[in-house]
Amino acid sequence: MMRSGSAVLTNAVGLHARPSVKLTQLAKSFSGTVEFALAPDGPWTDAKSPVKVMRVRAAKGATLHVRTQGVDADAALAAIIDLVQRQFDEH
Amino acid sequence: MTSLALKGQCASPGFSAGIVVAAGKRPAPQRAIEKGGKGDPAAEALALTAAINRAVIELRRLVESASGEAADMLGFQIAMLDDEELTQPARDEIAAGKTAVEAWTRAMDAEIAGYEGSDEEYFQARANDLVDMRERVLDALIGAASTSLPPGSIVLADDITPSRFLSSNWEGGAILLRRGSATSHVAMLARSRGVPMIVGLQADDIAGRNVLIDATQGLVIVDPSSTDATRFEQQCAASRARDMATAGFLGQPAVSRNGERIITLINIADPSELDGLDPACCDGIGLVRTELLFEGATLPSEDAQTDIYTRIVRWAAGKPVTFRTLDAGGDKPIAGLTPLGESNPFLGMRGVRLTLSRPDIFLPQLRALARAAAAGDVEIMIPMVTLPSELEATRALLHQACAELGAAQIAHRLPALGIMVEVPAAALTLGTFDAAFLSIGSNDLTQYVMAAGRDIAAVAALADPGHEAVLRLIGMISAHGERSGIKVSLCGDAGGDERFIPQLLARGVRILSMPPRLLAAAKQVIATVNLESAS
Repeated sequence: MMRSGSAVLTNAVGLHARPSVKLTQLAKSFSGTVEFALAPDGPWTDAKSPVKVMRVRAAKGATLHVRTQGVDADAALAAIIDLVQRQFDEH
Repeated sequence: MTSLALKGQCASPGFSAGIVVAAGKRPAPQRAIEKGGKGDPAAEALALTAAINRAVIELRRLVESASGEAADMLGFQIAMLDDEELTQPARDEIAAGKTAVEAWTRAMDAEIAGYEGSDEEYFQARANDLVDMRERVLDALIGAASTSLPPGSIVLADDITPSRFLSSNWEGGAILLRRGSATSHVAMLARSRGVPMIVGLQADDIAGRNVLIDATQGLVIVDPSSTDATRFEQQCAASRARDMATAGFLGQPAVSRNGERIITLINIADPSELDGLDPACCDGIGLVRTELLFEGATLPSEDAQTDIYTRIVRWAAGKPVTFRTLDAGGDKPIAGLTPLGESNPFLGMRGVRLTLSRPDIFLPQLRALARAAAAGDVEIMIPMVTLPSELEATRALLHQACAELGAAQIAHRLPALGIMVEVPAAALTLGTFDAAFLSIGSNDLTQYVMAAGRDIAAVAALADPGHEAVLRLIGMISAHGERSGIKVSLCGDAGGDERFIPQLLARGVRILSMPPRLLAAAKQVIATVNLESAS
């Protein structure tokens, strides 16, 4: 099954070093694929690779579109969206 | 051989002598593959894997002794090096016949170029981290012991990062920078640890050459003659003798000649400055600058701040610790935080003016400080206060922070709330402030009273904390404290400056806060002052 959703990056500096590490660590805790994009139709980036995540250079204010697949797709989507909305616990 | 004298600016005083090491330069890498003529891709691939593993192990070890921002940045490097995506291009190059060293260098340079080309300042700044990763793996590949410098190195570089500074043992060494700045974090750290440092040094490649360094004069003598060496030895000996006489005062309480106890506190900007420092040498911490925490790529979380503040409070072991809330702006701009293009940043959005406009930043800091207060005696000091309403607005936020923590059942305590007295308007109307304590910020107070910035060379002589106008104001603040029973301390540079200490004591200041390395000399000076004759 595939699930998708989106959230706006509101933390101070966008998808940066520390948020990237948090995002990839969380993504890796799920067995299925976790991907994100800056547009609803992609291109899609593997959220488990910090190198790829950093290359996207997603700035503050960007909308993160997230899609997940696999048996834990629902949980993965909810967790990723929650992390972004919590501003990666950065305040 | 005739000696060559090079001149720069003093960023941290002291002497050193030895052979110069160029940082970030290494001998042309040679690997087995080149000795054997034709390369063995399998062996090179294995060498790269081993080198990356070793780099990750080193980083993990560094993380254990790091905290806050530094730990996060090291964690970022580990995550990146763990990612196949970073190493695959290098593996492809190796398969195509390149050595591991060449392949890794090319692959990383391509990745780094992507960061350097970014329009976003935050991403550009990360290029430095990737350079760090490239170097660490290269060191592991060519068998260099570690990327941290040998103890006591005399290092020549264009500039140096705080993390690099913190990862090395500088005892006996020195830092020579072609660029750099005396106001950088590294300079601040160097001063607090007594590491000689010169910036703006006009030096080409003097790596491998013998040098004598008198950082106090900003002087480097390359290939010294025996005459140079003798004179240098005499200067060092004289300086050491002074230090020896002074050092005896460090562990003693500060007492004036007529027996009056003077409270001596320390100023710090980073918990690492407390390493190896005995809390018994001071009466507490009079100023914890918190700007350093906010200069990283991302804002520090409340938890990260709580950890660092708590570490400092624990060190003090019950003695009071005064934290200054974020004092960005003026001479301390922080990208993304302080406004750009102010015509006069010293008269603009800085200190509490800025933090009150950013509750998203201020509130987490106040919460973190209230949480740290559960571990000891914490005071909160607000910088750049002009009006009582600024103190009250901060107090309201602090009470809100404590109420939130209470509701969430998170351990905390309400810290005492005081103000820095550095704006003349506040200094002249102290009776209208309901502050638990006052701390005289003599640097800014001096420049606002004298209308002269000490960072502007042409008027720096006017920015004199010993001028009667400044001293008279300091006397008024002290007298107000005495009358109203409010504690008054002084935490500017003058507080640790032996030229000004007697004058400050004469004007009634009895609590001085200064960098740790100045404590002994300050106590020595205090012991010569007779306060009975002064008053």
